[in-house]
Amino acid sequence: MTTTGPGGLVERLARDVDSAFPDLVSDYGGVVYTAALRTTGCPADAEDLAAETFLRAYAALRGYPPERIAGLAVRPWLVTILLNLERNRRRMLARRPAHVPLEAGNEPAARGEGPEQRTARHESGDLLAGLLGRLPERQRVAIVLRHIVDLGYPEIAGVLGVAEGTVKSDVSRGLTRLRGLASAAGLEEGPS
Amino acid sequence: MTSMPVADPLTAALAALAADAPADLGGRIFARWVRVPGPVGDVFVASTERGIAYLRPATAVGDSAERFRAEFQDRQGRPLIPASRPPAGLIPALRTGAARGLAYDLTGLSSFDRDVLAATLTIPSGQLRPYGWVAAEIGRPRAVRAVGSALGRNPVPLLIPCHRVTRSDGRPGDYLFGRSMKLSVLEAEGVDLPSLALLAAAGRRYAGSDRTGVICHPTCPHVRRITAAHRRDFPSVAAAVRAGYRPCRDCRPAPSVQRRTAQSGGSHPA
Repeated sequence: MTTTGPGGLVERLARDVDSAFPDLVSDYGGVVYTAALRTTGCPADAEDLAAETFLRAYAALRGYPPERIAGLAVRPWLVTILLNLERNRRRMLARRPAHVPLEAGNEPAARGEGPEQRTARHESGDLLAGLLGRLPERQRVAIVLRHIVDLGYPEIAGVLGVAEGTVKSDVSRGLTRLRGLASAAGLEEGPS
Repeated sequence: MTSMPVADPLTAALAALAADAPADLGGRIFARWVRVPGPVGDVFVASTERGIAYLRPATAVGDSAERFRAEFQDRQGRPLIPASRPPAGLIPALRTGAARGLAYDLTGLSSFDRDVLAATLTIPSGQLRPYGWVAAEIGRPRAVRAVGSALGRNPVPLLIPCHRVTRSDGRPGDYLFGRSMKLSVLEAEGVDLPSLALLAAAGRRYAGSDRTGVICHPTCPHVRRITAAHRRDFPSVAAAVRAGYRPCRDCRPAPSVQRRTAQSGGSHPA
Protein backbone atom coordinates (compact mmCIF):
# COMPACT_ATOMS: atom_id res chain seq x y z
CA MET A 1 0.00 0.00 0.00
CA THR A 2 2.97 2.32 0.26
CA THR A 3 3.32 2.47 -3.49
CA THR A 4 5.16 5.60 -4.38
CA GLY A 5 4.79 5.03 -8.10
CA PRO A 6 6.55 2.10 -9.71
CA GLY A 7 9.63 3.25 -11.56
CA GLY A 8 8.89 4.32 -15.06
CA LEU A 9 5.15 3.69 -15.20
CA VAL A 10 4.22 7.28 -16.08
CA GLU A 11 7.04 7.41 -18.61
CA ARG A 12 5.73 4.24 -20.20
CA LEU A 13 2.19 5.62 -20.15
CA ALA A 14 3.45 8.78 -21.77
CA ARG A 15 5.09 6.73 -24.52
CA ASP A 16 2.14 4.40 -25.14
CA VAL A 17 -1.01 4.53 -23.04
CA ASP A 18 -2.37 1.27 -24.39
CA SER A 19 0.59 -0.93 -23.72
CA ALA A 20 1.21 0.47 -20.21
CA PHE A 21 -2.40 0.77 -19.04
CA PRO A 22 -2.71 -2.87 -17.85
CA ASP A 23 0.24 -2.16 -15.50
CA LEU A 24 -1.53 0.90 -14.16
CA VAL A 25 -4.52 -1.27 -13.30
CA SER A 26 -2.46 -3.99 -11.66
CA ASP A 27 -0.29 -1.52 -9.72
CA TYR A 28 -3.10 0.74 -8.54
CA GLY A 29 -6.13 -1.58 -8.53
CA GLY A 30 -5.75 -2.16 -4.78
CA VAL A 31 -5.40 1.53 -3.94
CA VAL A 32 -8.36 2.54 -6.07
CA TYR A 33 -10.55 -0.29 -4.82
CA THR A 34 -9.63 0.49 -1.22
CA ALA A 35 -10.50 4.15 -1.66
CA ALA A 36 -13.78 3.12 -3.33
CA LEU A 37 -14.64 0.57 -0.66
CA ARG A 38 -13.97 2.93 2.22
CA THR A 39 -15.86 5.83 0.70
CA THR A 40 -18.92 3.86 -0.45
CA GLY A 41 -18.86 1.27 2.34
CA CYS A 42 -20.24 -1.37 -0.01
CA PRO A 43 -18.18 -3.92 -1.99
CA ALA A 44 -20.50 -4.02 -5.02
CA ASP A 45 -20.62 -0.23 -5.35
CA ALA A 46 -16.89 -0.10 -4.72
CA GLU A 47 -16.18 -2.46 -7.60
CA ASP A 48 -18.35 -0.40 -9.97
CA LEU A 49 -16.69 2.77 -8.81
CA ALA A 50 -13.17 1.36 -9.12
CA ALA A 51 -13.83 0.08 -12.65
CA GLU A 52 -15.41 3.37 -13.69
CA THR A 53 -12.45 5.26 -12.23
CA PHE A 54 -10.02 3.33 -14.40
CA LEU A 55 -12.20 3.77 -17.49
CA ARG A 56 -12.27 7.53 -16.92
CA ALA A 57 -8.55 7.51 -16.31
CA TYR A 58 -8.03 5.66 -19.57
CA ALA A 59 -10.17 8.09 -21.54
CA ALA A 60 -8.31 11.01 -19.95
CA LEU A 61 -4.88 9.53 -20.66
CA ARG A 62 -5.78 9.02 -24.31
CA GLY A 63 -6.50 12.71 -24.56
CA TYR A 64 -3.44 13.98 -22.66
CA PRO A 65 -0.24 15.06 -24.37
CA PRO A 66 2.77 12.93 -23.29
CA GLU A 67 4.32 15.76 -21.23
CA ARG A 68 1.20 15.96 -19.12
CA ILE A 69 1.17 12.20 -18.51
CA ALA A 70 4.86 12.19 -17.62
CA GLY A 71 4.17 14.78 -14.92
CA LEU A 72 1.22 12.97 -13.35
CA ALA A 73 1.15 12.06 -9.67
CA VAL A 74 -0.78 8.89 -10.35
CA ARG A 75 -2.24 8.10 -6.95
CA PRO A 76 -3.77 11.46 -6.10
CA TRP A 77 -4.90 11.81 -9.72
CA LEU A 78 -6.79 8.49 -9.61
CA VAL A 79 -8.26 9.36 -6.21
CA THR A 80 -9.46 12.71 -7.56
CA ILE A 81 -11.27 10.96 -10.41
CA LEU A 82 -12.79 8.49 -7.99
CA LEU A 83 -14.08 11.13 -5.60
CA ASN A 84 -15.63 13.10 -8.46
CA LEU A 85 -17.42 10.01 -9.71
CA GLU A 86 -18.62 9.18 -6.22
CA ARG A 87 -19.93 12.71 -5.73
CA ASN A 88 -21.86 12.47 -9.02
CA ARG A 89 -23.22 9.07 -8.07
CA ARG A 90 -24.54 10.42 -4.79
CA ARG A 91 -26.07 13.38 -6.49
CA MET A 92 -27.85 11.05 -8.88
CA LEU A 93 -29.11 8.85 -6.08
CA ALA A 94 -30.38 11.92 -4.29
CA ARG A 95 -32.21 13.02 -7.42
CA ARG A 96 -33.93 9.69 -7.78
CA PRO A 97 -35.59 9.30 -4.39
CA ALA A 98 -37.28 6.07 -5.42
CA HIS A 99 -33.91 4.36 -5.43
CA VAL A 100 -32.64 5.69 -2.13
CA PRO A 101 -34.27 3.17 0.19
CA LEU A 102 -32.78 0.29 -1.81
CA GLU A 103 -29.30 1.69 -1.81
CA ALA A 104 -29.36 3.56 1.46
CA GLY A 105 -27.70 0.61 3.16
CA ASN A 106 -24.59 1.42 1.17
CA GLU A 107 -24.65 5.07 2.04
CA PRO A 108 -22.87 6.62 4.95
CA ALA A 109 -26.30 7.78 6.06
CA ALA A 110 -26.91 4.21 7.16
CA ARG A 111 -24.00 4.64 9.50
CA GLY A 112 -22.35 1.37 8.70
CA GLU A 113 -25.23 -0.64 10.11
CA GLY A 114 -26.12 -2.24 6.78
CA PRO A 115 -26.71 -5.97 6.67
CA GLU A 116 -23.29 -6.62 5.21
CA GLN A 117 -21.74 -5.05 8.29
CA ARG A 118 -24.08 -6.77 10.71
CA THR A 119 -23.54 -10.21 9.32
CA ALA A 120 -19.84 -9.59 8.96
CA ARG A 121 -17.46 -11.61 11.06
CA HIS A 122 -16.94 -9.78 14.31
CA GLU A 123 -13.54 -8.75 13.35
CA SER A 124 -12.14 -5.48 14.53
CA GLY A 125 -11.58 -4.37 10.92
CA ASP A 126 -15.26 -4.69 10.05
CA LEU A 127 -16.26 -2.89 13.22
CA LEU A 128 -13.77 -0.14 12.59
CA ALA A 129 -14.98 0.23 9.00
CA GLY A 130 -18.51 0.52 10.36
CA LEU A 131 -17.46 3.16 12.88
CA LEU A 132 -15.68 5.09 10.16
CA GLY A 133 -19.03 5.31 8.38
CA ARG A 134 -20.42 7.22 11.35
CA LEU A 135 -18.01 10.12 10.97
CA PRO A 136 -19.08 13.28 9.20
CA GLU A 137 -18.23 12.92 5.52
CA ARG A 138 -15.38 15.44 5.49
CA GLN A 139 -13.59 13.82 8.38
CA ARG A 140 -14.22 10.34 7.03
CA VAL A 141 -12.85 11.15 3.58
CA ALA A 142 -9.82 12.88 5.07
CA ILE A 143 -9.06 9.88 7.28
CA VAL A 144 -9.61 7.40 4.44
CA LEU A 145 -7.20 9.29 2.21
CA ARG A 146 -4.59 9.86 4.92
CA HIS A 147 -4.58 6.61 6.85
CA ILE A 148 -6.01 3.97 4.53
CA VAL A 149 -5.08 5.16 1.05
CA ASP A 150 -1.89 6.62 2.52
CA LEU A 151 -1.75 9.94 0.70
CA GLY A 152 0.30 12.80 2.21
CA TYR A 153 -1.36 15.98 3.48
CA PRO A 154 -0.30 18.13 0.51
CA GLU A 155 -1.68 15.50 -1.88
CA ILE A 156 -4.96 15.28 0.01
CA ALA A 157 -5.27 19.05 0.04
CA GLY A 158 -4.80 19.00 -3.73
CA VAL A 159 -7.29 16.19 -4.24
CA LEU A 160 -9.99 17.82 -2.12
CA GLY A 161 -9.20 21.36 -3.22
CA VAL A 162 -8.86 22.65 0.35
CA ALA A 163 -6.01 24.05 2.43
CA GLU A 164 -3.56 21.62 3.99
CA GLY A 165 -4.40 22.95 7.45
CA THR A 166 -8.06 22.08 6.90
CA VAL A 167 -7.15 18.51 6.00
CA LYS A 168 -4.96 18.19 9.08
CA SER A 169 -7.66 19.42 11.38
CA ASP A 170 -10.30 17.18 9.72
CA VAL A 171 -8.03 14.18 10.16
CA SER A 172 -7.23 14.99 13.74
CA ARG A 173 -10.82 15.73 14.75
CA GLY A 174 -11.97 12.64 12.93
CA LEU A 175 -9.41 10.48 14.71
CA THR A 176 -10.47 11.87 18.08
CA ARG A 177 -14.08 11.13 17.31
CA LEU A 178 -13.24 7.68 15.95
CA ARG A 179 -11.26 6.90 19.12
CA GLY A 180 -14.30 7.80 21.17
CA LEU A 181 -16.55 5.61 19.05
CA ALA A 182 -14.02 2.78 19.17
CA SER A 183 -13.78 2.75 22.93
CA ALA A 184 -17.56 2.95 23.26
CA ALA A 185 -17.74 -0.09 20.98
CA GLY A 186 -15.20 -1.92 23.10
CA LEU A 187 -12.43 -1.52 20.58
CA GLU A 188 -10.20 0.70 22.70
CA GLU A 189 -7.48 -1.93 22.94
CA GLY A 190 -6.95 -1.67 19.22
CA PRO A 191 -6.71 -4.72 17.00
CA SER A 192 -5.12 -7.67 18.69
CA MET B 1 5.59 11.19 4.81
CA THR B 2 3.45 10.76 7.90
CA SER B 3 3.65 12.71 11.11
CA MET B 4 1.33 10.35 12.97
CA PRO B 5 2.97 8.11 15.51
CA VAL B 6 3.49 4.71 13.91
CA ALA B 7 2.70 2.97 17.16
CA ASP B 8 -0.84 4.39 17.36
CA PRO B 9 -3.04 1.27 17.31
CA LEU B 10 -5.94 3.15 15.78
CA THR B 11 -4.02 4.36 12.74
CA ALA B 12 -2.42 0.94 12.42
CA ALA B 13 -5.91 -0.59 12.40
CA LEU B 14 -6.99 1.94 9.79
CA ALA B 15 -4.01 1.10 7.58
CA ALA B 16 -5.12 -2.54 7.82
CA LEU B 17 -8.43 -1.57 6.17
CA ALA B 18 -6.61 -1.39 2.85
CA ALA B 19 -8.15 -4.02 0.59
CA ASP B 20 -6.90 -5.96 -2.41
CA ALA B 21 -8.55 -5.31 -5.74
CA PRO B 22 -11.21 -7.93 -6.53
CA ALA B 23 -9.93 -10.57 -8.91
CA ASP B 24 -12.35 -9.64 -11.68
CA LEU B 25 -11.70 -5.89 -11.60
CA GLY B 26 -9.67 -6.18 -14.80
CA GLY B 27 -12.63 -7.86 -16.51
CA ARG B 28 -14.74 -4.81 -15.74
CA ILE B 29 -12.16 -2.48 -17.28
CA PHE B 30 -10.61 -4.20 -20.26
CA ALA B 31 -12.24 -5.38 -23.42
CA ARG B 32 -10.43 -8.29 -25.04
CA TRP B 33 -9.80 -9.06 -28.66
CA VAL B 34 -9.24 -12.19 -30.71
CA ARG B 35 -8.62 -12.95 -34.34
CA VAL B 36 -10.66 -15.88 -35.59
CA PRO B 37 -11.79 -17.34 -38.92
CA GLY B 38 -14.99 -15.81 -40.32
CA PRO B 39 -17.23 -16.75 -43.25
CA VAL B 40 -15.08 -14.84 -45.75
CA GLY B 41 -11.66 -14.53 -44.15
CA ASP B 42 -10.44 -13.78 -40.64
CA VAL B 43 -12.21 -11.33 -38.38
CA PHE B 44 -11.15 -9.36 -35.31
CA VAL B 45 -13.64 -9.51 -32.46
CA ALA B 46 -13.67 -7.47 -29.24
CA SER B 47 -15.76 -8.46 -26.26
CA THR B 48 -16.45 -7.12 -22.79
CA GLU B 49 -17.80 -8.73 -19.62
CA ARG B 50 -21.29 -8.21 -21.09
CA GLY B 51 -20.73 -9.77 -24.47
CA ILE B 52 -19.40 -9.28 -27.97
CA ALA B 53 -18.99 -5.59 -28.65
CA TYR B 54 -17.21 -5.09 -31.95
CA LEU B 55 -16.30 -7.05 -35.06
CA ARG B 56 -14.33 -6.12 -38.13
CA PRO B 57 -13.15 -8.31 -41.01
CA ALA B 58 -9.35 -8.31 -41.08
CA THR B 59 -9.47 -6.90 -44.59
CA ALA B 60 -11.46 -3.89 -43.35
CA VAL B 61 -8.69 -2.88 -40.94
CA GLY B 62 -5.73 -3.45 -43.24
CA ASP B 63 -5.06 -6.82 -41.60
CA SER B 64 -3.80 -4.91 -38.56
CA ALA B 65 -4.69 -5.62 -34.91
CA GLU B 66 -3.39 -2.15 -34.12
CA ARG B 67 -5.88 -0.52 -36.44
CA PHE B 68 -8.68 -2.68 -35.11
CA ARG B 69 -7.79 -1.56 -31.59
CA ALA B 70 -7.70 2.09 -32.61
CA GLU B 71 -11.13 1.82 -34.30
CA PHE B 72 -12.62 0.04 -31.32
CA GLN B 73 -11.27 2.61 -28.91
CA ASP B 74 -12.51 5.53 -30.93
CA ARG B 75 -15.99 4.04 -30.76
CA GLN B 76 -16.06 2.51 -27.30
CA GLY B 77 -13.37 4.32 -25.30
CA ARG B 78 -12.26 1.19 -23.48
CA PRO B 79 -8.80 -0.28 -23.25
CA LEU B 80 -8.43 -3.41 -25.36
CA ILE B 81 -6.04 -6.26 -24.63
CA PRO B 82 -5.56 -9.68 -26.24
CA ALA B 83 -7.87 -12.43 -25.00
CA SER B 84 -6.44 -15.78 -24.02
CA ARG B 85 -9.25 -17.53 -25.90
CA PRO B 86 -12.28 -16.59 -28.01
CA PRO B 87 -15.62 -16.04 -26.24
CA ALA B 88 -17.60 -19.29 -25.93
CA GLY B 89 -19.62 -20.03 -29.05
CA LEU B 90 -18.02 -17.38 -31.24
CA ILE B 91 -16.24 -19.66 -33.68
CA PRO B 92 -19.22 -21.97 -34.34
CA ALA B 93 -21.48 -18.92 -34.70
CA LEU B 94 -19.20 -17.49 -37.37
CA ARG B 95 -18.96 -20.85 -39.11
CA THR B 96 -22.68 -21.62 -39.16
CA GLY B 97 -24.08 -18.09 -39.30
CA ALA B 98 -26.31 -18.90 -36.31
CA ALA B 99 -25.36 -16.25 -33.78
CA ARG B 100 -28.57 -15.65 -31.84
CA GLY B 101 -27.33 -17.46 -28.77
CA LEU B 102 -24.32 -15.19 -28.19
CA ALA B 103 -24.32 -12.34 -25.71
CA TYR B 104 -23.74 -8.87 -27.15
CA ASP B 105 -22.62 -5.65 -25.53
CA LEU B 106 -24.43 -2.89 -27.42
CA THR B 107 -23.69 -0.21 -24.83
CA GLY B 108 -23.81 3.27 -26.28
CA LEU B 109 -26.34 2.52 -29.03
CA SER B 110 -29.76 4.15 -29.07
CA SER B 111 -32.76 2.00 -28.23
CA PHE B 112 -33.89 2.30 -31.87
CA ASP B 113 -30.55 0.95 -33.09
CA ARG B 114 -30.73 -1.84 -30.56
CA ASP B 115 -34.25 -2.78 -31.66
CA VAL B 116 -33.13 -2.84 -35.29
CA LEU B 117 -30.18 -5.09 -34.44
CA ALA B 118 -32.32 -7.40 -32.30
CA ALA B 119 -34.81 -7.88 -35.15
CA THR B 120 -31.98 -8.40 -37.64
CA LEU B 121 -30.43 -11.02 -35.39
CA THR B 122 -33.51 -13.22 -35.91
CA ILE B 123 -32.95 -13.57 -39.68
CA PRO B 124 -31.69 -17.11 -40.23
CA SER B 125 -28.58 -17.88 -42.23
CA GLY B 126 -29.20 -18.11 -45.96
CA GLN B 127 -32.33 -15.94 -45.86
CA LEU B 128 -32.94 -12.33 -46.86
CA ARG B 129 -35.34 -9.66 -45.64
CA PRO B 130 -36.02 -6.19 -46.98
CA TYR B 131 -35.32 -3.08 -44.87
CA GLY B 132 -39.06 -2.57 -44.60
CA TRP B 133 -39.42 -5.95 -42.93
CA VAL B 134 -37.05 -4.90 -40.12
CA ALA B 135 -38.96 -1.63 -39.78
CA ALA B 136 -42.25 -3.53 -39.49
CA GLU B 137 -40.80 -6.03 -37.01
CA ILE B 138 -39.82 -3.27 -34.60
CA GLY B 139 -43.18 -1.58 -34.91
CA ARG B 140 -41.85 1.39 -36.91
CA PRO B 141 -43.05 0.50 -40.42
CA ARG B 142 -42.29 3.95 -41.81
CA ALA B 143 -38.73 4.07 -40.48
CA VAL B 144 -37.27 2.20 -43.46
CA ARG B 145 -34.44 4.65 -44.13
CA ALA B 146 -33.62 4.93 -40.44
CA VAL B 147 -33.32 1.13 -40.36
CA GLY B 148 -30.76 1.36 -43.16
CA SER B 149 -28.75 3.93 -41.20
CA ALA B 150 -28.94 1.89 -38.01
CA LEU B 151 -27.67 -1.19 -39.84
CA GLY B 152 -24.83 0.91 -41.21
CA ARG B 153 -23.77 1.48 -37.58
CA ASN B 154 -23.93 -2.22 -36.67
CA PRO B 155 -20.90 -2.76 -34.40
CA VAL B 156 -20.98 -6.54 -34.84
CA PRO B 157 -21.64 -7.25 -38.54
CA LEU B 158 -21.62 -10.88 -39.73
CA LEU B 159 -22.80 -11.98 -36.25
CA ILE B 160 -25.77 -9.63 -36.29
CA PRO B 161 -26.46 -10.32 -39.95
CA CYS B 162 -27.11 -6.92 -41.51
CA HIS B 163 -25.83 -8.50 -44.73
CA ARG B 164 -29.14 -10.43 -44.87
CA VAL B 165 -31.12 -7.19 -45.16
CA THR B 166 -31.61 -6.04 -48.72
CA ARG B 167 -33.37 -3.38 -50.72
CA SER B 168 -37.12 -3.58 -50.99
CA ASP B 169 -36.84 -4.04 -54.76
CA GLY B 170 -34.99 -7.28 -54.14
CA ARG B 171 -31.54 -6.02 -55.10
CA PRO B 172 -28.77 -6.59 -52.56
CA GLY B 173 -28.09 -2.96 -51.63
CA ASP B 174 -24.97 -1.55 -50.03
CA TYR B 175 -22.89 -2.89 -47.17
CA LEU B 176 -20.58 -1.57 -44.49
CA PHE B 177 -17.65 -3.24 -46.18
CA GLY B 178 -18.79 -2.88 -49.75
CA ARG B 179 -21.33 -4.60 -51.92
CA SER B 180 -19.02 -7.32 -53.14
CA MET B 181 -18.35 -8.50 -49.61
CA LYS B 182 -22.09 -8.62 -48.95
CA LEU B 183 -22.50 -10.85 -51.97
CA SER B 184 -19.60 -13.10 -50.95
CA VAL B 185 -21.02 -13.61 -47.46
CA LEU B 186 -24.48 -14.39 -48.82
CA GLU B 187 -22.99 -16.78 -51.37
CA ALA B 188 -21.07 -18.51 -48.57
CA GLU B 189 -24.40 -18.97 -46.79
CA GLY B 190 -25.80 -20.70 -49.83
CA VAL B 191 -28.05 -17.89 -51.10
CA ASP B 192 -28.86 -18.40 -54.77
CA LEU B 193 -27.97 -14.90 -55.90
CA PRO B 194 -28.47 -15.37 -59.68
CA SER B 195 -32.04 -16.65 -59.23
CA LEU B 196 -32.83 -13.85 -56.80
CA ALA B 197 -31.48 -11.30 -59.27
CA LEU B 198 -33.84 -12.66 -61.93
CA LEU B 199 -36.82 -12.48 -59.58
CA ALA B 200 -35.87 -8.95 -58.55
CA ALA B 201 -35.57 -7.84 -62.16
CA ALA B 202 -39.02 -9.24 -62.87
CA GLY B 203 -40.49 -7.48 -59.82
CA ARG B 204 -41.39 -10.82 -58.21
CA ARG B 205 -40.68 -10.10 -54.56
CA TYR B 206 -42.82 -12.67 -52.77
CA ALA B 207 -43.36 -16.33 -53.54
CA GLY B 208 -46.67 -18.08 -52.86
CA SER B 209 -48.18 -21.50 -53.22
CA ASP B 210 -51.67 -21.78 -54.64
CA ARG B 211 -52.11 -25.01 -52.65
CA THR B 212 -51.48 -23.44 -49.24
CA GLY B 213 -52.42 -19.87 -50.03
CA VAL B 214 -49.36 -18.66 -48.15
CA ILE B 215 -46.77 -16.15 -49.39
CA CYS B 216 -43.17 -16.02 -48.26
CA HIS B 217 -39.96 -14.15 -48.86
CA PRO B 218 -38.26 -15.93 -51.78
CA THR B 219 -35.48 -17.22 -49.47
CA CYS B 220 -37.87 -18.71 -46.89
CA PRO B 221 -37.28 -22.49 -46.57
CA HIS B 222 -41.00 -23.12 -47.22
CA VAL B 223 -40.57 -21.81 -50.76
CA ARG B 224 -38.29 -24.73 -51.60
CA ARG B 225 -41.21 -27.11 -51.22
CA ILE B 226 -43.40 -25.27 -53.74
CA THR B 227 -43.43 -27.04 -57.09
CA ALA B 228 -43.20 -24.89 -60.19
CA ALA B 229 -46.76 -25.72 -61.20
CA HIS B 230 -48.16 -24.31 -57.96
CA ARG B 231 -45.88 -21.33 -57.46
CA ARG B 232 -47.37 -17.86 -57.76
CA ASP B 233 -45.13 -14.81 -57.36
CA PHE B 234 -46.31 -11.36 -56.30
CA PRO B 235 -44.81 -7.87 -56.48
CA SER B 236 -46.14 -6.93 -53.05
CA VAL B 237 -47.79 -8.35 -49.95
CA ALA B 238 -50.85 -6.23 -50.71
CA ALA B 239 -51.25 -7.80 -54.16
CA ALA B 240 -50.97 -11.28 -52.63
CA VAL B 241 -53.53 -10.47 -49.94
CA ARG B 242 -55.91 -9.16 -52.58
CA ALA B 243 -55.50 -12.50 -54.35
CA GLY B 244 -56.52 -14.29 -51.15
CA TYR B 245 -53.08 -15.22 -49.80
CA ARG B 246 -51.84 -14.75 -46.25
CA PRO B 247 -48.26 -14.02 -45.09
CA CYS B 248 -46.12 -16.92 -43.85
CA ARG B 249 -45.93 -17.14 -40.06
CA ASP B 250 -42.25 -18.01 -40.14
CA CYS B 251 -40.76 -15.38 -42.44
CA ARG B 252 -43.58 -12.87 -41.79
CA PRO B 253 -43.71 -10.80 -45.00
CA ALA B 254 -44.74 -7.28 -44.03
CA PRO B 255 -47.01 -5.06 -46.10
CA SER B 256 -45.04 -2.10 -47.38
CA VAL B 257 -46.04 1.28 -46.06
CA GLN B 258 -46.55 4.35 -48.21
CA ARG B 259 -43.41 6.39 -47.79
CA ARG B 260 -43.61 10.09 -47.24
CA THR B 261 -40.82 10.84 -49.70
CA ALA B 262 -40.95 10.05 -53.35
CA GLN B 263 -37.53 8.40 -53.18
CA SER B 264 -37.40 4.64 -52.77
CA GLY B 265 -35.84 3.64 -49.49
CA GLY B 266 -33.26 1.11 -48.60
CA SER B 267 -30.27 2.57 -50.32
CA HIS B 268 -28.33 3.01 -47.07
CA PRO B 269 -25.34 0.83 -46.40
CA ALA B 270 -26.06 -2.22 -44.33
